[in-house]
Amino acid sequence: MKNFKIAEPKSIEQVSGLLSKGGEKVSLMAGGTDMLSEIKEGVAEPDLVVDLSAMKELPFIRKNRDGMHIGAMTTLADLASDPAIRSDYPGLYEAALSVGTPQLRNVGTVGGNLCQRPRCWYYRDAKFLCRKKGGSQCFATRGRNKYHAIFGGGICHIVYPSDLAPMLIALDAKVVVVAPGGEKVLPLSEFYTLPSKNVRRENILNPNEFLREIRIPPPKKGERSTYMKLKERGTWDFALVSAAVKATAGGNSFNDVKIVLGGVAPIPWRLEKVEQGVMKKKLSESMIKETAGAALQEARPMEENRYKVALVEALLVRSLLSIA
Amino acid sequence: MEKTSKKRKKTFTRRAFLKGLGGSAAGTALASKFLRRGLAAPPQEMEAAPVHSQKTVTFSVNGRTVSLEVEPRETLLDVLRQKLNLTGTKKTCDRGECGSCTVLLDGQPVYSCLYPAIRVEGKTVTTIEGLAYGDELHPVQQAFIDKDGYQCGFCTPGFIMSSVALLNRNQKPTFPEIKTALSGNLCRCGNYVKIYEAVRTASERMRKA
Ligand SMILES: Cc1cc2nc3c(=O)[nH]c(=O)nc-3n(C[C@H](O)[C@H](O)[C@H](O)COP(=O)(O)OP(=O)(O)OC[C@H]3O[C@@H](n4cnc5c(N)ncnc54)[C@H](O)[C@@H]3O)c2cc1C
Ligand code: FES
Ligand code: FES
Repeated sequence: MKNFKIAEPKSIEQVSGLLSKGGEKVSLMAGGTDMLSEIKEGVAEPDLVVDLSAMKELPFIRKNRDGMHIGAMTTLADLASDPAIRSDYPGLYEAALSVGTPQLRNVGTVGGNLCQRPRCWYYRDAKFLCRKKGGSQCFATRGRNKYHAIFGGGICHIVYPSDLAPMLIALDAKVVVVAPGGEKVLPLSEFYTLPSKNVRRENILNPNEFLREIRIPPPKKGERSTYMKLKERGTWDFALVSAAVKATAGGNSFNDVKIVLGGVAPIPWRLEKVEQGVMKKKLSESMIKETAGAALQEARPMEENRYKVALVEALLVRSLLSIA
Repeated sequence: MEKTSKKRKKTFTRRAFLKGLGGSAAGTALASKFLRRGLAAPPQEMEAAPVHSQKTVTFSVNGRTVSLEVEPRETLLDVLRQKLNLTGTKKTCDRGECGSCTVLLDGQPVYSCLYPAIRVEGKTVTTIEGLAYGDELHPVQQAFIDKDGYQCGFCTPGFIMSSVALLNRNQKPTFPEIKTALSGNLCRCGNYVKIYEAVRTASERMRKA
């Protein structure tokens, strides 16, 4: 591993100061479970790593009147074992538990999960100078693309690997971003960006900004949520396709429903057409399939990932019926 | 190995077991708390954050306090194996994908290959070498021997550490709980059935002791 210096800030101001310094390549490290692999592979080559682990004020889970506040440095294990999270947002509990393994969840954080880098094998291999790394082509287009995007690809076909992101977007979460001039709060749905906007990054953060907190509104009466993840094998893996669904039930239909997919696009992918199609109607397998079919017309699969279209359809049926 | 172990008395008193862990899990958990409290109290003025190209870290390994200089790029795994000669913890993938490097950090299983050594300041590390009490193996180690919980053995230290962490917090795990707790450890020899059996046996023996 290439050597680097490590900074151990103890306050938000110190983190901000370090990120704004300029002059050298600076990277933020939370748990490090993603970023250390990037350094080992030579994909990331920071001169200075800003380690958030000494930030005593960043791990927290607080239930306030305006909902749940979760600090960026909260570990996934702490998130999954919090009783209020489990009862108020069962889908978030499921999403947190679906990440990696116990060892990773003990160290990996919420902030790191939401800001992790893509897993595309061309991006992760230092030998391929792909678009995302400043090169001129996306090797997945003509290469091996079994795990790549079926929506929103265009010039780069990564899928966003986070399990928390689709669920938190379905739950209408907001993020608190610290910038040198102060803080801003924005919906998590506006945090991620497509390659067409900036192929080098996956979110709107400037290099001198970072994520401090996630806020989820209190659950509405009759609210349900679920997170379902399809993997290629039984043990830990990233999602081939995942579905995060939140709905409020009224009678035997949904008054309100939000569906966000993981594993299919460079950002968490909302299916508004399907939401509209299933809302306020009696749910059945055939009706979901029909609605999904229309929305999936927009998918643009490549040579090896057409199977993902069928997985999306199956997962929509399964997840929607499970909370109906 | 099997033979000698069979001759040995296999009964465990709870006291002996706790003593076995004494230096590591139970005992030093207290010490590390104090240590951390002492180290906290950062100067809250807006002074520059400390930046290190190397740093002396002091932490507890298997009940022994060690102090040594590390670079930011050094993982806990490399420090354990190369600087502390604790080679029981195995390096296999070095990418957080297999679990053979699992150690307990303040009692929780973590991948030491993805853990910067510079972060262990004030913490308590338990490795496979820290489980036995003198000549007496930890009940989980003994059960892995008795139940053929390994074939080539390379994944074994990691599996044992994950199993010990599980049984420390849950004396009577269900089968799904065992599988989940061990889901971060891979066995290339595919010995899972025997591994699960070993954990169940250890769980029974520890409850009887
Ligand atoms: C074997 C393996 C399996 C995995 N499986 C899964 C999985 O199933 N699902 C999944 O979602 N992830 C998975 N991961 C990825 C990763 O472990 C988790 O996403 C974890 O939550 C990352 O958190 P971290 O704190 O370790 O992040 P880090 O590695 O510390 O950071 C990741 C990235 O986010 C940036 N970052 C971190 N915190 C902040 C912040 N507060 N503000 C701005 N930027 C920040 C860092 O600069 C870095 O680029 C897996 C990883 C491995 C090695
Ligand atoms: S060596 Fe650490 S997980 Fe494989
Ligand atoms: S016993 Fe050989 S890898 Fe598990």
